[in-house]
Amino acid sequence: MFVFIMRRLSQTAVVLLVTSLLVFAGLFVVGDPVEILISPDADQIERERARVALGLDKPGWMQYLLFLKNALSGDLGKSFVYGRPALEVIFERMPATLELATVAMLISIFVGIPLGLYAGLKPDSKISKAIMAISIVGFSLPTFWVGLMLIMLFAVQLGWLPSTGRGPTTEFLGMKLSIIHWDGLKYAILPGINLALFKLSLIIRLTRAQVRENVLLDYIRFARAKGLRKSRILGVHLLKNIMIPLVTVIGLELGSVIAFAIVTESIFAWPGMGKLVIDSIFQLDRPVVVAYLMITVLMFVVINLVIDILYSVLDPRVRLSAAKN
Amino acid sequence: MRFLTCVPRVLLLTLLSFQALSLSANELTVGLAAPITSLDPHYHNLTPNISVAKQVFEPLFLTDAFQNLKPGLAESWRNIDPLTYEIKLRKGVKWHDGSPFVAEDVLASFKRIPDVPNSPASFALYVRQITEATAPDAHTLILKTAKPYTGLIRDLNSAQIVPKAIAESAKTEDFNSGKAMIGTGPYKFVEYKPGDRVVFARNDEYWGGKGDWTTVQMRMIANNAARVAALLAGDLQMIENVPTPDVKRLSSDKNLAIAQAVSNRIIYLHMDSNRTKNSPFVRTADGKPMEEANPLTDPRVRRAISKAMNRDVIVERIMETVAVPAGQLMAEQFFGTSKKLPVEKYDPEGAKKLLAEAGYPNGFQLTLHSPNNRYINDEKIAQAVAQFLTRVGIVTKLETMPSNIFFSRGSKLEFSFMLAGWASESGDPSSPLRSLLGTYDAATGTGAANRGRFSSPELDALTTDAMTEIDEAKRGAKLAFASEKAMELMGIVPLHYEVSVWATKSNLTYTARADQYTLAHEVKIKK
Repeated sequence: MFVFIMRRLSQTAVVLLVTSLLVFAGLFVVGDPVEILISPDADQIERERARVALGLDKPGWMQYLLFLKNALSGDLGKSFVYGRPALEVIFERMPATLELATVAMLISIFVGIPLGLYAGLKPDSKISKAIMAISIVGFSLPTFWVGLMLIMLFAVQLGWLPSTGRGPTTEFLGMKLSIIHWDGLKYAILPGINLALFKLSLIIRLTRAQVRENVLLDYIRFARAKGLRKSRILGVHLLKNIMIPLVTVIGLELGSVIAFAIVTESIFAWPGMGKLVIDSIFQLDRPVVVAYLMITVLMFVVINLVIDILYSVLDPRVRLSAAKN
Repeated sequence: MRFLTCVPRVLLLTLLSFQALSLSANELTVGLAAPITSLDPHYHNLTPNISVAKQVFEPLFLTDAFQNLKPGLAESWRNIDPLTYEIKLRKGVKWHDGSPFVAEDVLASFKRIPDVPNSPASFALYVRQITEATAPDAHTLILKTAKPYTGLIRDLNSAQIVPKAIAESAKTEDFNSGKAMIGTGPYKFVEYKPGDRVVFARNDEYWGGKGDWTTVQMRMIANNAARVAALLAGDLQMIENVPTPDVKRLSSDKNLAIAQAVSNRIIYLHMDSNRTKNSPFVRTADGKPMEEANPLTDPRVRRAISKAMNRDVIVERIMETVAVPAGQLMAEQFFGTSKKLPVEKYDPEGAKKLLAEAGYPNGFQLTLHSPNNRYINDEKIAQAVAQFLTRVGIVTKLETMPSNIFFSRGSKLEFSFMLAGWASESGDPSSPLRSLLGTYDAATGTGAANRGRFSSPELDALTTDAMTEIDEAKRGAKLAFASEKAMELMGIVPLHYEVSVWATKSNLTYTARADQYTLAHEVKIKK
């Protein structure tokens, strides 16, 4: 297990290095941040001053080496736009995004798995067919459209929920959170649903397929023949066996919900990282974009690692030492 | 995320009713169109930042809706001689912490402005002309310049004044944390949540009279559809930058009111005047590189391009009438504009005739480059421009790109023909005359944004003459004259002026401002 984790981490370091180089080079080619950030009124002297202030007067390779040098000591540079450390700017927005991701994942899991189970166990009932039809809709409608429709219905027409923004926050474990009170949680409901819709449909369909496959297998038949209670067959034997693919997908989707909630965040004016990174790309704020993508890569690696460990917990046949191959 | 902009129409069409105003009458909630990057009023020269700073801080002189100067922290000014200004400061003004405002505060602020670390776009250029600043007494300032420069008083409008102690010690972080947010303005700072909102409370001691709101929330909602929806849902009482497709809808809604005014921004076409041949995106009529000449340097060709533009169609069809056709550098309402410059008439036949006169009876080929996320409907306007030109024989291809690429490439002079916009911070034509049409010269700081490298010594002389004229009325006339010259030479081809639009609940009024700032103090409850 230890060897396995160490090997994973060393691979991660290589991935991070390559990511930073690609993003750095990519943004370098796109354009000159000074042209975007400077006031159009600025004269040549002021443009030059800004270029020097942001460290852009040095050749590209030197800028990259300087970045690497600082990165090794944990400093990913100062944002061009905000003038503050890039990591600080990102971490400030992180609780908002994590919050939204949590709400969305909870909705997808606790609504998706039961619905999927039902649809898998009773594939021919009308309700199952309705569930499946809805999941197709959830798959195919564009997020921005659904988001606006949600706002229109629940905020503009019915007035039940606030249209946009994040609710009042309270300090909790050093993070400013809004969803631990109803006053704040109600702001997270619409964006949460919007973000969850796609994942929810995915989980429903995946659960159903797994259930359909597994109910025909011998161990279920055997359990039935043995006279086990239905709830035990479902809750212990079936659920545990269908979990492996589900955990993989949920894990990966959690990553993408955190990293790419951009559309939902901008429609609901949710002050998270997705909005930040879009603004940063438009403004060519290289330190923030590089730092953000490195965090994202790291996050995916960690999630995958956790998934691999979870496999071995869920299914004793999986051995992590298989990494020897 | 351009696809999002078409949505509000669908949204509004299906809208039947909406919630009544749910907030208490003296809290104002405003939706801003862009996030701010810092609260430090000297850190980043960016419209959203200035707009938010102006709630708390003030410059020496304020401006009215058309950017005409009016007294602010300074009551009056005069020239002792062409190089010396005497400014009388207002007495009895108090900072938000209760201490009195004095001339020393101004001196310290001027000192801090060019000296903010890591600033991506500083305000240094607005105080650079000052070579010496002194305060003979607590309410008098003496400013000296090296050469006569009459833009100074207008420039000072961009220099927000902070208390001396803060100017000398505060860092940008101290403003962001709120510690240093002490101004003289109509509202006091309360809270800032980056990317989300800024909250203010009324300054009851404000020298200009109490505002109508006890608290003001400014929320940053960059997505157009979401901002409009939040107004309709009653979460906001006011929004800025109403998207053009929604203006007509919102103005027919009896629960809402629209405030609009022509802005200080012009949308124009910029032509390569730098290369006399082989301009990269100019081709002969049969597609070969133009090795002998650059038609864009010929004033007749430039005039023909102007005549080929059907500005009324652009304004009516693309801008849905939320724009004004342009005949000069700024709309006539502004100081220093000419009354003798009508909008060029759409005249395709005249354009063809001029092209033939200039030696291009069969026209030529051209590529127009345009940003696609910077100005209102920029990509659609560029499409129309390309079609208008093709109609008179200049077969025009179009290439659009995000502004972060466009401006970088444009500044490297990679283009032959560009569509861009210019907002005059100074509120008079001196800003475009200097930066956009002035000969590119790093030593004098002129032509910094002149990506076509248009150059006319005659126009430069007129501009300099206007900028050194001390008499305000004469200066206006000289700026107007220089504008006329610029249009005669067709240094740029003007298309239209953008219009800034605000929407409020119908019980509120706001005087639309040319400088696009949303000032809570100017939002009034209808009596």
